[in-house]
Amino acid sequence: MKEWGYSILKGRQIDFENNDFSISRFVELHEPSFSWCIGCGSCTATCSAAKFTDFNPRKVNLLIQRGEIKGIEDEIAKCMLCGKCQLVCPRGINTRNVVQNIKRAISKSYAL
Amino acid sequence: MHFNLFVIPFMAGMIALLILLAFRYSQWLSNLETGDWRKIGSNLFTLKTIYAFREIFMESLIHRKVFKVNPLLGYMHMSLAFGWFMLIVVGKFEAFYYTGKFANEFYYPIFFRFFEQTPHLSTTLLNFNASMDLILLVVLSGIVVAILKRFRPGMTGMKKITRHSVGDRLALSSLWMIFPLRLLAESTTAGFTGNGSFLTQPIGNFLNIFLPLQSISMVFWWMYSLALGAFMVSIPFSRYMHIPTELLLILLRNWGLKTNDNFTGFSEIEVQSCSRCGICIDTCQMNSQGKNATTQMVYFLRDYRYDQLKPDLSDNCLLCGRCTQACPVGIDLTQQRVLQRKKMTFPQSAQFKYLPVNQDIDKTEVVYFAGCMSHLSPNISLSMEKIFKADSVKYLFMDRDGSVCCGRPLKLSGQFEAAKQLVENNRQQIIASGAKTLVTSCPICYKSFKEDYNLKIRVLHHSEYLPELISQKKIKVLPTGKQVVFHDPCELGRGSGIYEQPRNLLKKFTDLRPLSQEKSDSLCCGGSLGNLSMDTEERCAIQKATADYLNSGNPEFIATSCPMCKKSIGQFSVAPVKDIAELVAANLVKIGQENHKLLKYRKLQDAMDIQ
Repeated sequence: MKEWGYSILKGRQIDFENNDFSISRFVELHEPSFSWCIGCGSCTATCSAAKFTDFNPRKVNLLIQRGEIKGIEDEIAKCMLCGKCQLVCPRGINTRNVVQNIKRAISKSYAL
Repeated sequence: MHFNLFVIPFMAGMIALLILLAFRYSQWLSNLETGDWRKIGSNLFTLKTIYAFREIFMESLIHRKVFKVNPLLGYMHMSLAFGWFMLIVVGKFEAFYYTGKFANEFYYPIFFRFFEQTPHLSTTLLNFNASMDLILLVVLSGIVVAILKRFRPGMTGMKKITRHSVGDRLALSSLWMIFPLRLLAESTTAGFTGNGSFLTQPIGNFLNIFLPLQSISMVFWWMYSLALGAFMVSIPFSRYMHIPTELLLILLRNWGLKTNDNFTGFSEIEVQSCSRCGICIDTCQMNSQGKNATTQMVYFLRDYRYDQLKPDLSDNCLLCGRCTQACPVGIDLTQQRVLQRKKMTFPQSAQFKYLPVNQDIDKTEVVYFAGCMSHLSPNISLSMEKIFKADSVKYLFMDRDGSVCCGRPLKLSGQFEAAKQLVENNRQQIIASGAKTLVTSCPICYKSFKEDYNLKIRVLHHSEYLPELISQKKIKVLPTGKQVVFHDPCELGRGSGIYEQPRNLLKKFTDLRPLSQEKSDSLCCGGSLGNLSMDTEERCAIQKATADYLNSGNPEFIATSCPMCKKSIGQFSVAPVKDIAELVAANLVKIGQENHKLLKYRKLQDAMDIQ
């Protein structure tokens, strides 16, 4: 059959029962401002890394809060920790500590 | 042969101390890097060793730097350290003079008045006796100050003193007990034998009226010896480890050793030299403005020493360097913090393969690197471009279109390996541009370029570059006469030692006003990337306090030379905060036209004066 460039989306629902919230819980414990995010995307707009690759701090935050953490370590490894997102965040989230704690949580799950 | 059973606790403590010290010293020295040993070898028989001994005398005994903090605090430290030292030295000579031989039993001079109970007749011995009493009086006065300081820290110029652990308190008590017990032991002996001097003899005579001194003096000698022994044993396990270690630290430092990017035996010696005096607590802005008195270096080093360091404490520091500047022992505290973060970092933390590798870069004379933070206050990079154009130099704005971080934020967070990837990427581009000079607007990047990049070209911050352009008459700036105060960025001032260049630049065209806390004593803006875990509220408290301080003299402008400081202070400042590049660019005149413009400006000013 000819490819028309269209496809049917797969079922897209958040499976809260089976998703992994370990990282989310760990980060929230060590950096409570993690959950203040309103998803405005200022961080992504200013991100140094997002200029060169499809890194998206807002998406990372959202997916971790949803517990969809597949491939998260490759994603968070792109952060240069420059801190621009922290300066533009309208909610005053300590974004650099969020990144540090996500990395810390991932390295802990490796150790287990 | 002089001997009595009561000397055993003292001797046992002393021997235990020496064994433990020998064990620890050999451990640290074996962890030195090979390059360190070469440095020691080449500097051992030079003047540096003499300087080291002078420093040991000035710092470890006289405590010159503590005197600078507060005279009474200095007196307290000096009376204890120098006083005790003199008790040992004069006591030794007293015993030498009395017995006629230099080598006596080790404990003999310390318990001299117990072993020699017949009253002295010769003037020399009486003088020895009197001077020993005088020194004891000085030490006791120091202990009185130390005890008062526990209750009224403000008396010695300290707002907060260290909260000591139980072990430290025990060691502290045994140290405080030593000298009153010595006084009692000597006085009670003097009371019935008459071998005391102006201090011990009257006390002894007085006690002799109603106490059976002959039988109770022995109790005090035992207690004195026990206190000494307890203190000796406590040294390796308490803050007092700094007494023997600081001597070694000063020697090694004078021989050229310092803490670099690796935690070596020397770094361990630095850690153990911390006396927990608590001077770093008051200088820390997180305490004075942010109300956090738990994260300071004194607690950080203590937690590390007893293996209790947590990432939350280690991450919570601005790395502004104010404590390093104030530390009377001279420990490189900021570097210690970074190295501990490095130890606690996680594996495989970053991957920057996505970064572009530009091969076809135009050859230029000057590379300009604005830095991430300059992109958030773009007026700085626009001003710099204006200046480059006025100078008509061939330049390359390296991070005009998307910036790659310099790597220092990652390094400050302890991820040295990740930072290296960024360093390598930027380094390739800088080298490929063939430039002779690298100019940056960000002090954080500047420090990184200077220390980590190993570039063979000139690396300048714009506050160094701009005065150079003006003195070479490449650009010309119109004098404005505006009142300006200059805020020193931490990484540029304390971090890189650049204090005068921006000031000289500002003096050329503005009315630069001095501040009470400036240069190495300047405040941190609070925006520092060094702190990872501080929350926004606390950060704002520091930013506001610094802004208020800078505004206290009502300047027309607050000048700084860091985009981060500009943004942090700018949020809370009444006076507008400008980077010096902006000030220069705003007052730039074309060479040849300056007289015309200056005339116009003067006329305008005259008109305003008339009004």
